Amino acid sequence: MLVLGVSAVSAIALNRGESISAMWFITAALCIYAIAYRFYAAWIAATVLVIDETRATPAERLDNGRDFIPTNKWVVFGHHFAAIAGPGPLVGPTLAAQFGYLPGTLWILIGAVLGGAVQDMVTLFFSTRRNARSLGQMARDEIGPIGGAAALIGTFLIMIILIAVLGLVVVNAMKHSPWATSTVAATIPIAMIVGFYMRNFRPGRVLEASTLGVILLLLAVAGGGWIEHNESLRGLFDHEGLTLAWVIIAYGFAAAVMPVWLLLAPRDYLSTFVKLGTVTLLAVAIIILQPHIHMPALTQFTDGSGPIFGGKLFPFVFITIACGAISGFHALISSGTTPKLLANERDIRMIGYGAMLLESFVAIMAMIAATVLEPGVFFAINSPAGVVGKEAIDAVAKINSWGFAVSVEQMNQLAKDMGESSLFARTGGAPSLAVGMASIFGNAFGKSMLALWYHFAIMFEAIFILTTLDAGTRVGRFMLQDMLGNIWPKMGRTSWMPSVIFTSALVVAGWGYFLYIGVIDPNGGVNILWPLFGIANQMLAAIALCVATGILVKSGKSKYVWITGLPLVWLVIVTSTAAWQKIFSDDVRVGFLAAANDLAAKLAAGVLPPEKAAVAPQLIFNQQLDAYLTMFFVAVLWVVIIDMLYVTYKYMLGKPVLPITEVAREPSRLVES
Amino acid sequence: MLEKLKAFWRYVRRLTGDDAYEQYLKHFADNHTNQEGLAEEALIPLSREAFFKEWQDKKWKGIKRCC
Repeated sequence: MLVLGVSAVSAIALNRGESISAMWFITAALCIYAIAYRFYAAWIAATVLVIDETRATPAERLDNGRDFIPTNKWVVFGHHFAAIAGPGPLVGPTLAAQFGYLPGTLWILIGAVLGGAVQDMVTLFFSTRRNARSLGQMARDEIGPIGGAAALIGTFLIMIILIAVLGLVVVNAMKHSPWATSTVAATIPIAMIVGFYMRNFRPGRVLEASTLGVILLLLAVAGGGWIEHNESLRGLFDHEGLTLAWVIIAYGFAAAVMPVWLLLAPRDYLSTFVKLGTVTLLAVAIIILQPHIHMPALTQFTDGSGPIFGGKLFPFVFITIACGAISGFHALISSGTTPKLLANERDIRMIGYGAMLLESFVAIMAMIAATVLEPGVFFAINSPAGVVGKEAIDAVAKINSWGFAVSVEQMNQLAKDMGESSLFARTGGAPSLAVGMASIFGNAFGKSMLALWYHFAIMFEAIFILTTLDAGTRVGRFMLQDMLGNIWPKMGRTSWMPSVIFTSALVVAGWGYFLYIGVIDPNGGVNILWPLFGIANQMLAAIALCVATGILVKSGKSKYVWITGLPLVWLVIVTSTAAWQKIFSDDVRVGFLAAANDLAAKLAAGVLPPEKAAVAPQLIFNQQLDAYLTMFFVAVLWVVIIDMLYVTYKYMLGKPVLPITEVAREPSRLVES
Repeated sequence: MLEKLKAFWRYVRRLTGDDAYEQYLKHFADNHTNQEGLAEEALIPLSREAFFKEWQDKKWKGIKRCC
């Protein structure tokens, strides 16, 4: 295993030839995961955390047959994986492929086994020992009120940025594509039909309803093709990005106010089934087909001049790929949600560590799907018009000048094959991932249906992006109601309609603003929003690792503190450097303030074309706002770190600190002794 | 083979929540009987419809989906 793993990694790392088989990626990933799981994770579980199989878990002690239920470990694994794996591990690696396949792949593998999976596992463990408390509560109980507040505000802001960037990904996938737009639109009534089915027609028959829904979804993909070719209908679904953005904003508000059974819950069933099915299919297709990677190991864009987003390899590859390597968001599922189902502590390794490895594997597959494309095609799809030019001929000339071959005819033929009018400047990662997936599926299962596969892939991404959007807006609303409830108790009542409408509108306005700016930005918006999301997500991961580190020290396990301390130090370096550059860099493609000043100077000099001058004031304001937001993220991060270090310092000197809040041991009745 | 398929089917039902109501009834039967001082209503489990309603509303109160 070790030998195979080492040789696979070196094959990937040292290959400088024409192309390399994707099988090396799969082999390297599986070997690294197996070794890490068998040795590192097992060692952490046994020696550092000291898992106690005979100790009753919260699910057993507080079993109420509803949310606390001791559950079979494979079922918990399924729930946990479905919860943590969203669109993040698909989009991040696609964008980071601009540096070449190597940096992203190495970070996904190393980041997951030493960082992300450790974070998920220790958070799951500490929450399990604390009656399934949430990360925010643990931060407050173990570190102090500042840490708790930081975790809460951090979570809320991440949610806003995440929803905005995901909304932008969907908008860019639907822009001027009647097929994609009509398919995505059809998912709404389909979800409602499923909702009615399992609420009224056959209550609780989740599987029947979901099967019906998945069949309808597949019909919707095919139906979209019919609409695309129907002259009178296609106009209904052919829209500008801005129009689609407003539709998404209106939809997000409606979804947050509507009862969950009507839209959110049924859509979640569909998206979970489609997601698990498609990811499995992709893995099977890659193994059957063994496609070759065409992207070089490293591109010249490691110097920071990349078209998809500006910034050097360090630190931006570590910011761009958050989910798939380490994602702070997971700590919110690993605490509070999953521990309520855990039947035995010995399942913690498989669920906490194992599920993250599987998510990392999804990210590897996204990396493969992005890099099997010809680099010229990859850059033509993902480079915004603001960088390569609006006209196809300019874009092709620019991409050729970077040394990547692509032609206008080739792109037109590809667009035709995929059933789209154009694939130039379709930023956000979803269209290029869909092209990659369609070519893999097409080669493995028949080429005649490329356009169907493409739109299936778009539907697959859109449906669970919209689930995240619905669920995120709703959670944001609850958090806001909770906060406002401290000031005016009536606002805290989750069923009081005026409060529901007011707080939903606030949350939607928050992400709607960033979505709007992202759409009107000629550079595509993704280049601003995705790094912001990455910084925020890594900040949350650092907070989770701070909490875990603090607890390890207070439990008298200082000698093992490096298992969370090392990834923490790395994240702090990466996040702080990235934030510093995003705020203060002189490069207008990296620094928010530099970009704002540059645009302001150009506006004042009157050198901007009229359509750009019209939106310039908004873009200037937005760049400044983003700079302050980034400063705020870093400030929150450092406050939590200093707070944690202070607690550690006091503990080391033997001074009083907040007591450890681990619940006393009770023997489990579920295991035979 | 048939046993394995059956086990797989049980697993799928459990994972999706298809059998949530059956689980609830089982839990109820184990925990809510022969207890003195309980009101009459407390001994009657929720209907399938009411249970599902509550189960679903409760499920989406917290953070259930990630990035």
